[in-house]
Amino acid sequence: MRPKVEVRSLNAWFKANHALRNVSLTVPANTVLAIIGPSGCGKTTFVRCLNRMHELVPGACQSGNVLVDGQDLHARRVDPVNLRRRVGMVFQRANPFPTMTIFDNVVAGLKLNGVRGDYPALVEKSLRQAALWDEVKDRLRQSAVSLSGGQQQRLCIARALAVDPEVLLMDEPASALDPIATARIEELIRGLRESLTIVIVTHNMQQAARVSDSTAFFYMGELIEHGPTEQIFTNPRESRTEDYVTGKFG
Amino acid sequence: MKAHTDKTYDLQLDDLRNKLLTLGGYVETEIATTMRALTERDSKLAETVIGQDREVNRLEIEIDEACRRLLVLRQPAASDLRFITTALKIVVDLERIGDLAVNIAERAIDLNQSPPLKPIPDLSRLADLGQRQVRAALDAFVEADPDKAEQVIKNDDLLDSLYHNLVNELLALMMEDPRNIRRANSLLFVAKHLERIGDHATNVAEMVIYMVRGTDIRHPGSRK
Ligand SMILES: Nc1ncnc2c1ncn2[C@@H]1O[C@H](COP(=O)(O)OP(=O)(O)OP(=O)(O)O)[C@@H](O)[C@H]1O
Ligand SMILES: [Mg+2]
Repeated sequence: MRPKVEVRSLNAWFKANHALRNVSLTVPANTVLAIIGPSGCGKTTFVRCLNRMHELVPGACQSGNVLVDGQDLHARRVDPVNLRRRVGMVFQRANPFPTMTIFDNVVAGLKLNGVRGDYPALVEKSLRQAALWDEVKDRLRQSAVSLSGGQQQRLCIARALAVDPEVLLMDEPASALDPIATARIEELIRGLRESLTIVIVTHNMQQAARVSDSTAFFYMGELIEHGPTEQIFTNPRESRTEDYVTGKFG
Repeated sequence: MKAHTDKTYDLQLDDLRNKLLTLGGYVETEIATTMRALTERDSKLAETVIGQDREVNRLEIEIDEACRRLLVLRQPAASDLRFITTALKIVVDLERIGDLAVNIAERAIDLNQSPPLKPIPDLSRLADLGQRQVRAALDAFVEADPDKAEQVIKNDDLLDSLYHNLVNELLALMMEDPRNIRRANSLLFVAKHLERIGDHATNVAEMVIYMVRGTDIRHPGSRK
């Protein structure tokens, strides 16, 4: 079967900083890939290459290929805006649109892409999926910045889900969430896998072990090891992976 | 071995390892003492085995608790996870070996009520072999040496064949003279217990291989 996402010899730079070094991996459709590794190893850079956000950074460049459904992201007929609808992203730092209401934040992507539809129903569905509905259903017209940090993070998850992406990139989606919201998000990830493909960056090793099918360990811009999650956490092949998952770094 | 970033984690793992070694030492002594009590017909000595086994039971509980604490506090992964789950399993085997030594001690006390049967050298040989297997399995565990563990698994055949010879020998004694039946039957139990001790040593060895290599060698063919 053709992989949903295929990365071939991907390199990325921020000016002279070589942030990703020759990374190749594939993500089968309807699976969850977890990316783990110490701070600064290139996890965020990696996921940002998967929907062409990396190239938006001044001074950034890249080489190699990223293919979604076999199509190169840099092929001429790929429109980046449409691509980012198909390959959605939840960012490491919650970034709701501050001037918009909660409701408008959720539908922002739909409007951007010119999608018509039953917005109230879609907003409810997305907010429910993101485990936020009960907390905001009576204040949908309030500003998004009136929410707590963890609520804002879930709002961004709802916003990403509303446009019905095929691939969802999640960069530390649960870092500001309490254990209950975290459990709901993890349940959501497992449920979403039925209909989409997910790449999740997480510093929480147990979270990676719980939600993902395969795990990739990055270190200093290199992909050190990529394998079935169970193997990575019970019997990694590379000593650097072993050191990282057992807590023997630095 | 590289150290954990959090040093207290290493201390806790060392503590667990030491507890297991202490427990292993106890059960080895139990086997030696119980066999001496049997061959020297010393019921007092047999009683001490029963006393020692209380220590073993106490330590088993301590080890269980230490493992549970590590699991919940550290959420161990990779080799740490394999070490701790191995500890949880081998503690059961070690404790069972202690129980079997007690069973033998009880037989010894019973046998000492009647005049001695003729000496059975194969029984001492079986006991030696069983004790050596336990020692070797523990060494394999401490040294994380899968080759040593494999040797233990291989040697179990020796123990089995010695056990079968012994069964035949004791059956012959029973047929020779019906007055031997009760005592020979007790010795049959002793032999059976020793053979079981060997099986537990083999279990420990199998877990050591899992701990080191991460592959489960038990029950070949039972996995998909
Ligand atoms: N906008 C940027 N401009 C310049 N350098 C950057 C930028 N973003 C990241 N880098 C550099 O690229 C490397 C990889 O950073 P990246 O953000 O991908 O790490 P990360 O694995 O996501 O870390 P963390 O776990 O802390 O989020 C680092 O050396 C970082 O300093
Ligand atoms: Mg990051």
